[in-house]
Amino acid sequence: MSISARATIDALSPGAPGGEVAELDVRRDFPILTRQFDGNPLVYLDSASTAQKPQVVIEALAEHLRAHNANVHRGVYALAQEADAAYEQARARVAAFTGAEAKTTIFTKNVTEAINLVAYAWGRTNVGAGDAVLITQMEHHANIVPWQQLCKERGAQLRYLEVDESGQLDPTQLDGELERGDVKLVAFTHVSNVLGTINPVAQMTARIRAAGAISLVDGAQAVPHMPVDVTEVGADFYAWTGHKALGPTGIGVLHGRAELLEEMPPFLTGGDMIASVELDGATWNELPYKFEAGTPPIAEAVGLGTAVEYLRALGMERVREHEGALTAHLLTRLAEVPGLRIAGPPHAEERGGIASFTIEGIHPHDVAEIANRGGVCIRAGHHCAQPLMRCLRVAATARASVGIYNTPAEIDTLLDTLLAGREVFGL
Amino acid sequence: MDDLYRDYILDHYKRPRNFGALEPHDLEAEEHNPLCGDELSVQIRVKDGRIEDLRFDGHGCAISQASASIASEELKGMELEEVGKLGADWMLDLLGIPVSATRRKCALLNLKVVRGAVSGDRDWPV
Repeated sequence: MSISARATIDALSPGAPGGEVAELDVRRDFPILTRQFDGNPLVYLDSASTAQKPQVVIEALAEHLRAHNANVHRGVYALAQEADAAYEQARARVAAFTGAEAKTTIFTKNVTEAINLVAYAWGRTNVGAGDAVLITQMEHHANIVPWQQLCKERGAQLRYLEVDESGQLDPTQLDGELERGDVKLVAFTHVSNVLGTINPVAQMTARIRAAGAISLVDGAQAVPHMPVDVTEVGADFYAWTGHKALGPTGIGVLHGRAELLEEMPPFLTGGDMIASVELDGATWNELPYKFEAGTPPIAEAVGLGTAVEYLRALGMERVREHEGALTAHLLTRLAEVPGLRIAGPPHAEERGGIASFTIEGIHPHDVAEIANRGGVCIRAGHHCAQPLMRCLRVAATARASVGIYNTPAEIDTLLDTLLAGREVFGL
Repeated sequence: MDDLYRDYILDHYKRPRNFGALEPHDLEAEEHNPLCGDELSVQIRVKDGRIEDLRFDGHGCAISQASASIASEELKGMELEEVGKLGADWMLDLLGIPVSATRRKCALLNLKVVRGAVSGDRDWPV
């Protein structure tokens, strides 16, 4: 199976250098970019929500379903062995992409499920009354609500690290919280999905470990956009998701430290995650299968394996360079709009390719509506980060986010729609 | 002429009628639109089974604010029984602009909050 996916990747060898400002010439790899809306070419600036998919990923999914589909881990026939090999090759590719071990790389449905896995399997056995879980004000709901539920259930305290005016965390506040001695786990995002802030994850995980606490990093907005080596990050748990990394929906990833995963009870129980089942009990399968109950998302894993190969072939340094240049252009152009305020760090090098903004006199929802008229896709709302919205003292923001397939000209199109929008609103 | 952001829509958005607090009031309710974080509340004074006066308060997009403002002018003097029977079409006709499926919730938020205040019906699907 791997042979066909491999061949497709080679045939569509991505990213011949574009010639100017770190531009990647990958647009032809993404068939959806040829779509038009009301005569306007699609300008997709919502990659922080989900990324578009290159042809190789679409083809890998289809090819798996067309020629290699069987359930995994139970068939002796040749077709089932192909499916097994494809699934495990996907795991190996995904693990290699982030510098992790295959054995400690667990496939989940998404980041939400990955965090819930830790909150249930690790949290319910390690967090009790009098303990604290520490998160930050810039978290996505996926990294808030599972900890709220855990703390409520166990009588533990949930505390928040604050976000300052420039959208950054304060390292001394982390130190202060850790010194209190009750923090069992610190969960925080690598890159904020609203502010774009890149947190100093390696420094933070080192401090957390030195204080005897466990760390969980939400890498959903980091892995698709910059080189990430989970060994260098040093987190006990690191979660990310496939669909933001050019892969299919329905496939997420949890990297965990082996000793912790070994000690933890399973999260979901049932088929595939057992070693044996007796009438009155069961024993658990080895890692990573202990945490993959039921038939896993096999074709989705294969698709993600192809997506990370595609990104690896492009080179994540180049991806970051390209998106960094786009982000700088985005910040510069947005600043031209009267009454527009951008949340988060002021400089492109301090942030991922995300810019959340408000325009005086136009509600974010209307900003997105007006952008849509030019074929431009941006998000408006609270971006699943309501506590952060309250910190920013806004009900909602508009958010533009870039991907490898975007160009400076597309950002200029966004600007045209925003300026036209001000006119519509008589500003 | 803009299809959606017509002059009267923007006029109601920028200068919403019947917004603020109403004291004293007999009925009140609030709702929010989880999609966009919009919040809208209403306070209603009742006399002889009719809405004597009402005020909306909150924040939201042009469509949700203009809808509330336009509706407020029609709701004044309406019998409560009649208010309880108002449907989505009433509001959308009143608004007079093409509303996409995603903006429907914005347009109908005010009717949802009014129905909540008048009949305690918090689960009206919009």
